[in-house]
Formats: sequence, C-alpha cells, structure tokens
Amino acid sequence: MNGRAWQSELGGLADPAQFTEPLRVGKADGARLSDLLRTMLVIRHTEDQIGRLVVEGLARTPCHLGIGQEAVAVGVATRLRATDRAFGNHRSHSHFLALGGSPESLIAEVLGKASGASRGMGGSMHLFGRDVGFHGSVPIVGATIPIAVGAGLAAKLDGGDSVAVAFFGDGATEEGVFHESMNLAVVSDLPVLFVCENNLFSSHLDIEFRQPSDRIGRYADAHRMRTLTVDGNDVLAVEAAAATLVEAARRGEGPALLEAVTYRFRGHVGPNEDLDVGVHRRMADVQAWKQRCPIRRLRDGLVAAGVLSGEDFAAMEREVVTDIGQAVGLARSAPYPDVSALHDLVYAGPR
Amino acid sequence: MNDPTGTGPHETGYGEAIREGFVHLLSRHREVFTIGQGLWSPWYVGNSMTDLDKLFGKDRVIDTPVSELACTGAAVGAALCGYRPVVIHPRMDFMVLAADQIINQAAKWHHMLGGQARVPVTIRAIINRGGEQGAQHSQALHSWFAHIPGLRVVMPASVADARDLLIASVLCDDPVMYIDDRWLYDQRAVLPPVVERPLAAEGPKVVRSGSDITLVGAGYSTWLCSQAADILAAEDIDAVVIDVRVLNPFEPAAILASVGRTGRLCVVDGGWRNAGWAAEVIASVAEAIDPRALKASPRRVTLADAPAPTSKALEAGYYPDARQVADAARAALPPRRTA
Repeated sequence: MNGRAWQSELGGLADPAQFTEPLRVGKADGARLSDLLRTMLVIRHTEDQIGRLVVEGLARTPCHLGIGQEAVAVGVATRLRATDRAFGNHRSHSHFLALGGSPESLIAEVLGKASGASRGMGGSMHLFGRDVGFHGSVPIVGATIPIAVGAGLAAKLDGGDSVAVAFFGDGATEEGVFHESMNLAVVSDLPVLFVCENNLFSSHLDIEFRQPSDRIGRYADAHRMRTLTVDGNDVLAVEAAAATLVEAARRGEGPALLEAVTYRFRGHVGPNEDLDVGVHRRMADVQAWKQRCPIRRLRDGLVAAGVLSGEDFAAMEREVVTDIGQAVGLARSAPYPDVSALHDLVYAGPR
Repeated sequence: MNDPTGTGPHETGYGEAIREGFVHLLSRHREVFTIGQGLWSPWYVGNSMTDLDKLFGKDRVIDTPVSELACTGAAVGAALCGYRPVVIHPRMDFMVLAADQIINQAAKWHHMLGGQARVPVTIRAIINRGGEQGAQHSQALHSWFAHIPGLRVVMPASVADARDLLIASVLCDDPVMYIDDRWLYDQRAVLPPVVERPLAAEGPKVVRSGSDITLVGAGYSTWLCSQAADILAAEDIDAVVIDVRVLNPFEPAAILASVGRTGRLCVVDGGWRNAGWAAEVIASVAEAIDPRALKASPRRVTLADAPAPTSKALEAGYYPDARQVADAARAALPPRRTA
C-alpha cells in the first residue's frame, strides 16, 4: 500500500473468504439454471482446452483466459437479444461463448484457422459473432467502450429498443476514454450498458496500487449514471442487476454501469497462475477465490435445491468435455486462411 | 442559404461546396449523420456546414462534448451498425487525440475480423493554419495517416472535389479521412449537378497539361502548383500539374506516365519533409521509371522540419509560396531556356 489513503469500498465483495456459500435457487427455475451452469462449464472447459493448446505450442496468439469469471458474461448474456450489440476486450472468450458463439469457431480462431469466428484473421483477441450479437473485441484497453456508445447511438437513431454493451476490466477505467464515453452516453441519453469485470488486477498490478478506491461504481456516480455493484461470482446476482439496468435502457432511461467483482484464477495471459508476475497476486488469494468459484456455487445451489444430483452434474461435465474435445479436433484439422486474405481484406471495396 | 441540391450548374465556393456535399448526403441518404465539436456554431467550420442542424435536425447534426476520442469511437461504432457517420475535427491537431480509434480501430476491423465488419465512417480533418496560430493550431498530418493500410485518405484541391470527394468518401464502405484546407475556402468555380461516383474510381488527375516538368500537389499544394505553373508559363515553361486527390491507397500511374514524358518532377507537400508524402511520390516514380527517362533529379518543396511558428515574421518563412515552387521547378530545368 502506498502512503496515501487507500480505501476498500467493496468490503466483503472483494474478500474471497466471503460469498462462498452455495447460491440459493428455487426449484421452479431449475431447468433454466441448469442451462446457465452448462454454459459456464462450456466456457470453463473451452478456455481450459485453449490453455492446453498454448502449452502444446499450437496456439501462439496471446490468450487471456477468464477462468473464474464466467458468471459475469453468462449473467449479462441472459438479458441480451441477438439484435443487441455487445463488444469485448482482450479477455472475451467468455462473452463470445455466453452469447451463443460456438466453441469450435472460437478454438479455430485461436488456432488461426479459416473456420474461426473471425475467419482466422483475428486470433484470441479479435473475435466477431454478429449472429449472436457479439460485434467485436479488441485488446487496446478501453477501445470498444466508445464504440459501444456509438452502437447505442445507432440503436437510438434506429428507434427500437436494442441496447449496446461494453465489457471491460477495471484497468480500462483508468483510461480517459472510459470517462469521455460515459459522459457522452449520459448527455446523449443512449441505451448503453457499461459492464466492468472488476477482477482487482490490471495485467499484473493490484488495484490498490492504481486507484484510491476499489469500487468502480463511483465513476458512474460522478457522471450521474445509474450503477449497481454485485458479486461477479454469483450468476444470479449478475443476472438480476443486468435485468434492472438493461430493461431500463430499453425503456429509454439511458446508460448504466454494472460492476461485477470477480477474480481470475489464471494469470493475465496464458494458462499459468502467474504468481511471479503479479504484484500482490498471492497464492492464498488465488486459492481462496477458487473457493468462491461461480460454477461450484451454482452447482451446490442446484444440488441443495434438489434440481441436480452430484451424478447429474458429473454427467453434464463429461458431456461438455466430450463436446469440446470434438470441437478441438475439428478446429485442429481445419484449413488455414488463403494467403490472398492478407491483401484482399484490407478494404471492403476495391482498391 | 442557397441549397443547390438538384439544381443545374452554378457558381460556388470551396467551403459552400463542402456544405452542398453534406446537403446532398443528408437529403438522400438516411444512414448519414454528422458528429463533432462546433456543429451548432457558425464559428468552427467556416461556411462549410452552416445551418445544417436547422435543416436536418440536431439528431443528425450532433454537436458534442470536448471528447475527440469518444466521439470518433462513437462514429466508428455507429458505422459498424449500418450508419455512415461523418465525424468532424475542426482542427487536425486536436484529432491526434482520436488516433486510437482511427488507426487501431477504424482502419483495422474489416481485415482483423475476417472481412465481416465494415466501418463506413468518414473522418473529416480540417487543416487550419496561418494567422499566428502556432504549433498546435496548424498541422497538416496527411502523411501520417496515408501510412495506414485500411484507411483511405483524400485531399480535395478543387471546388468540385470539395463536394464530390466528400460524397464519394461517405458512400464508401471503408473508413475515409477527408482532409480539407481552410486556405482553399475562397476558391470559386462553376459546379455541375452531383453525380455519385465510387471513391475507388478516383485517383491522381492531370489538372493542367504541359511538356516541360511535372508538378505534383495535394490539397492546397495543388493550388500552389497551379499558381507556380502560371509564373512558369510567363517564362514559356510548360508545366504539367497533377492533383493527387487520393493519398491512400496511392496509385502513381498518372504521375509515372507524365514524368515519363517530361523527365522532370517536382512534388509540393504541405507537410514536413522527413518521411513525408512527397518522398512517397518521388520513391514511387524512382523505383518504377526507366532512369534514362529522368532528365533531372526529382525535387520536393515541403515545410521545413520544424513546428509551425506563431510570429508572423517567422510564418512568412515557414510556408512555401508559389514563387518558391516556381524556383524549385526552374532548378530542375536546363539553366538557360529561352522563348
């Protein structure tokens, strides 16, 4: 900690020893919540496989894994339609998959194959899935935030009730464009949901060394924008907050910031835990946060409610692993893009 | 205000011609809107957008907070969603704050996302200099942006191009930087009715024919070339003037053909010398031409490699004028040429 007054305004939300209990779920909602659980498993295992492809040397593109953060993407995605427009960042496998992008197209993209989500031209950090409402991700920190504001402007000009969503991390809130974008969205009254996955770390540095407080929602307060801060490892809490904010935006009540507090199990980039790279990234924290695993908490909740048995879950997980194994196989055998793409795709029109 | 859309040939000025382009676009194309600082004020952009907000509404002519980066990003985002926004930067110097959205985003998304995302945004950058405005109110950064694959860069020199290249830029499916120059706003010409033409069909154009030397300019420097050609004509030197118009993607064929005939080349660039656009023109000719066809070393007239000064005494020595262009041309010609 530096000499200045650091203040944790998040309190228990940033404390991995808290919020570890199973989620409280109603049996009536069981089938739907089982689907959410399955989607989180798909994200977890797809990213796990991508990590293995990195270790194997097959994937060289920088892969930023969001293992441990699945509930944010899945919770928000439940409130979005394919006609909404979501934008991501360097760590967006989860957003792409939660919205309905296929593991095979993601893995193929990571391997630089023509069957990939971006036809092998983007890699892990530049994903595209218009059919499912995912309109692009890029690794320049904060870059898609104003782009989402422009998508919100387009939605307003269209006159419908679509919304635009920007997914970004706590590091991006230190970029000036985040503040410019919130201001522009507020004064223009645009249907934009800013989703901050506050995992308490930029690439390597604890938020404690970067900001005077760990609560990102305070920036929305400054811009007179609606905001909710939730436990990002509780998919139901994320979903409820997203429901409130997205529906308000659809009704024309303007932009909002959803802050979801979470933690990544892996390092900034690649499959390792990166305790050596992180400043203040401690083994005890990583282990404690794994006890707050969003998948385990929903699973335990569903088991406690009698929706799933432990065996049901194991079967679900086996099925997911098998499917993703097949997706990896298809992606591995897919062809690379034709070299002509290098020149032919520079312009949409003729040169 | 004169709204000549749909009218016959008429005389107009460069700034008004830009406005005619906007009137045409906003009248005929629902997906076009404009966004930038100063669009509700007569102060920022000369006479090039007067009263457009009153004609087309403040929803489509959007004045903004002081946020070049976010506003450019918003234009890129709307372009990704089917609109054809024009984001206006009343001074190119301030547009540097938006460089990420122009260079990393607009220019890259089509390629980087496998041809699935189109960014038909037009970034209007205005060169506005002189009058002791100094180093941060003066820059002509076309060379910088012409370096970026995926970003089309156009510089209208003529009154007709002020209107017609704007229309072609906005209707193009790629990001285009359209650079106009306040020093050209007083130019006048008779314009024919608008004919929409694809930007990809546009490129360098011979605007004055001749046989002794090829002068090449872009934007205001084309006007300097024409003025210099008048000076040279009085000495019976017959200069070709080529207006480059489209700096990226650059198609040097017309220049190459002309230099093949004249054997002499002088490029006039309103930007700096080092790694500048004039160097690209000379290199494109030098690597493709038969060296025996060159009768003299190619020349360039550029700004000195120094920031723009404020004091009028220094300004006078900073910006090249037509006389200096004529001097450079003469230096590439045989010493004693008589009528």
